[in-house]
Amino acid sequence: MSVLDVRDLTIQYLTEQGDALLAVEGVSFSLEQGRSLGLVGESGCGKTTVMLSLLRLLPEAGRITRGQILFNGQDLLQISEREMRAIRWNGISMVFQGAMNALNPVRTVESQIIEAIQHPDMKINSQQAVLRAGELLELVGIPAKRGKQYPHQFSGGMKQRAVIAMALACNPSVLIADEPTTALDVMIQAQIIELLETLQKELNLALVIVTHDLGVVAEMCDEVLVMYGGTLAEYANSDTIFNDPRHPYTQRLLRAFPDIAEPGSELASIPGSPPRLDDLPPGCRFQPRCQFGEEQPICVQQRPDSIEIAPGHRTACHLIAELER
Amino acid sequence: MSNQAILQIKTLYKHFPVAHTVKDRLARRPHQVVHAVDGVSFDVARGEILALVGESGSGKTTVGMNILGLQVPTRGQILFDGHNIADWAKGRLRPDGSPEDLGKLSRRRQIMALHRRAQMVFQDPYESLNPRQRIFDIVAEPLEIHGLVSNREEKQARVRAALEDSGLVPADHFWNRYPDELSGGQRQRVVIAGALVLEPELLIADEPVSMLDVSIRAEILTLLQNLRLAHGITILYTTHDLATAGYFTDRMAVMYLGRIVEIGPTIEVLKAPCHPYTQALVSVAPVPNPRKRRKRMILQGEVPNPIQVPPGCRFHPRCPLAEERCKQSDPPFVEVTQNHKAACLLL
Amino acid sequence: MDQFKKIWQTFISKPMAVVGALMLLVVLIMALFAPWLAPYDPQEHIDVSISDILAPPDAEHLLGRDDAGKDVLSSLIFGARVSLIVGFVSSFFSMFIGTTVGLAAGYYGGRVSNVLMRFTDFLMVIPDLPLMLVIISVWGRGLWKIILVISILYWTYTARLVRSQVLSIKERQFVLRARALGASNFRIIIRHILPQVLPLIIAQAVLDISSSIIAESTLSFLGLGDPMLVSWGMMLNFAFERAVSRMAWWFLLPPGFAIVWVSLAIILIGNALEEIVNPRLKTHHLFNPRNMVSLLMGKPPLVEPEPTPEVGT
Repeated sequence: MSVLDVRDLTIQYLTEQGDALLAVEGVSFSLEQGRSLGLVGESGCGKTTVMLSLLRLLPEAGRITRGQILFNGQDLLQISEREMRAIRWNGISMVFQGAMNALNPVRTVESQIIEAIQHPDMKINSQQAVLRAGELLELVGIPAKRGKQYPHQFSGGMKQRAVIAMALACNPSVLIADEPTTALDVMIQAQIIELLETLQKELNLALVIVTHDLGVVAEMCDEVLVMYGGTLAEYANSDTIFNDPRHPYTQRLLRAFPDIAEPGSELASIPGSPPRLDDLPPGCRFQPRCQFGEEQPICVQQRPDSIEIAPGHRTACHLIAELER
Repeated sequence: MSNQAILQIKTLYKHFPVAHTVKDRLARRPHQVVHAVDGVSFDVARGEILALVGESGSGKTTVGMNILGLQVPTRGQILFDGHNIADWAKGRLRPDGSPEDLGKLSRRRQIMALHRRAQMVFQDPYESLNPRQRIFDIVAEPLEIHGLVSNREEKQARVRAALEDSGLVPADHFWNRYPDELSGGQRQRVVIAGALVLEPELLIADEPVSMLDVSIRAEILTLLQNLRLAHGITILYTTHDLATAGYFTDRMAVMYLGRIVEIGPTIEVLKAPCHPYTQALVSVAPVPNPRKRRKRMILQGEVPNPIQVPPGCRFHPRCPLAEERCKQSDPPFVEVTQNHKAACLLL
Repeated sequence: MDQFKKIWQTFISKPMAVVGALMLLVVLIMALFAPWLAPYDPQEHIDVSISDILAPPDAEHLLGRDDAGKDVLSSLIFGARVSLIVGFVSSFFSMFIGTTVGLAAGYYGGRVSNVLMRFTDFLMVIPDLPLMLVIISVWGRGLWKIILVISILYWTYTARLVRSQVLSIKERQFVLRARALGASNFRIIIRHILPQVLPLIIAQAVLDISSSIIAESTLSFLGLGDPMLVSWGMMLNFAFERAVSRMAWWFLLPPGFAIVWVSLAIILIGNALEEIVNPRLKTHHLFNPRNMVSLLMGKPPLVEPEPTPEVGT
């Protein structure tokens, strides 16, 4: 059974003027223990909103209006805030984007990890907590004795490792990492990718990587969910997405991404820019930028549903059948 | 090649002093310096696109700042079209009988003359535009600074041309807006337009796409490539991203800790890297295809502190192939093939 | 300018700010239309009888008469002119001096900053009042001399504030870009740095108005005001010397109340403006990651402002 099963998730944001903006619409995916999912999309496509909703940490203006989030079969949208608190960090944990820069500068790294360990639901005394903090640091490749240091004595890569250690403090079964490699140097990026891969195998984690970097997804994810303008564009295993993409957006995104294995190859950018939430096109959200949907009335008028075109391969495009020919 | 070179960097050094505190003085610690750029030499031919690749702290941005006279080099020469910028920046006059005799101008005029011909595009399009200026004023400002236009029509025409050359069409649609009304990609185009309006010969693009979304990156890179085609602009592209460099540059120089470790034609460097550092960088660059996953050669630790540069080959503490001799002698450049050089003792 | 429009909109949405603005408006109208509003002309020569001196309020003199038999209400209305002129003009001058010093010290740094800021500190630590008393007694009394003294003593806080803002703004990339375009230092300061600090400077200048008014009142109260003009401070001075012993409250209370009224109005406006434009006073952002982490761990969110450049104390 999947550890995480998201069905038809729809999220709205209320603006100050009282309008409801559709931030995420009809997103579904599932994830099994020990597998990794890459959630890919450009900024503003709703990927971070989806992740925050899994933890029920949406900003106040956000409302989940439809759908289910099943964690081990239990719908997280039906339980109380108290029960939810027991699942955050213990069941589902998250490495926030930029969290490495949000470590408290005046407390040692160890004490901040201990704070994460002493979750209200974890009965643990302080001696055990210190041991556990050391264990966690070693797990992410930092010598335990460096826990006594302050964040400014850590390099960027080590801070990111420390933040990952904090996320693992309560043995979660699902780990969400939001842009874990952004703003890191190439070599440090590789070290973090390697670390996440190792952790995933050793701890049998279900891993969700939220990123805009297709390369990182190709390197480490089993499944990929491509989002565009708050909707699911394409969802399949990694090999299919990268070698047999069907949705026009996925195809063009891949062509816009430089491949170091083939230097000098042509890059084709996608003209235009992603839709703004307050100005969503009435039909398919990608239609204004899509070379196929330009004059198709159905693309302009009607929103495509995501359909399963092969086992485990879903995509939302009106023209999918025609494009295949 | 060298007579067509628009830019020649000769053993450039840029050291920054580290603040010497009273505590240091009491402990009789010597004055320390950050070796940001530590003996870098390369040429850029007119119309060429050269990638300067390196991690943060490699000194690639410092090289760009020195070329534009925004920092004063510690030692070495920077020849821009034959004129030594390093001297100008120090305020030293050096007359030489070239047609446009820059040498006889005052320091301020020299720097102005340089900035008319060499411009820069910055990394962060959200930070490099004054939030209180309209797009028109941002792009027109260089023209005003250099006194290049005499009337409003001429100014409008040049701003329009620069904006439209940078892909903001129609220009009128954009120029009354403020930067925060534009997307990241559009802002970066405004920055490019602001440089283009001076019709520069050299453009230093400092990580111009690293803050942008993937689908926008290709557009900006293609735009830069087209500038070369349309206006023959020479581009020095500094980046940490080998993949984008591989897409549109002619040659590539890889920097590590203030030095160039390998330089050669881009495709050759990426396909057959010679220096172990380049090999590692190439191996860890994510490939957007799970079928092409490669063995990653991950270097342990991080780039050392540029205050205490390791002796011998500065890469040896992290080099998986390091031998005893690497700790002693500083490797010279070895020509691997024509135009492809690397600084490694093991070659 | 759009930013000022935005500030204005936020401003009028704050009730306290609107109250302050209305209060100030009353005083402004009083000062502008004093000759029409005041029932008598305080400069006019009048013949007084003993019973007119410190006569209590009646139908003809709503606030009674002062020690020279003149109408207190008229003096009060004309006194608004002096207070407002001193307040506005000297805060404008001190804003100008403070901004110039702050911009120069912040932008050029190094020795320029050291010299300017040490001088600023020097002025800051000297107690204002004794210094003002000394200067005025040397220069002599006069409206413009008072304005000048207040201006040259009250710019220090503005200078520190501007300098600290400039220190962070000059590191921003658009300033580097302007340098790369070949812009001169003067152009960078005027075009790129000043517009970013201007709203803060204006908020500070508004607050300065009230301290200037109080300073003028203090000087007049101590008998160093312009002898040719009736100001609130001077009225207080006379009232204190001659009216208190006779319990002539109608002479003592109105000028005191007027000073409090106008200072309060300006402080309400100034505080609202400062709240709008000073980044340090803004509350934290919802998406502060550290907050998110504490939420996650079932703890109350930390209420912590976003790190912002240090503002001088």
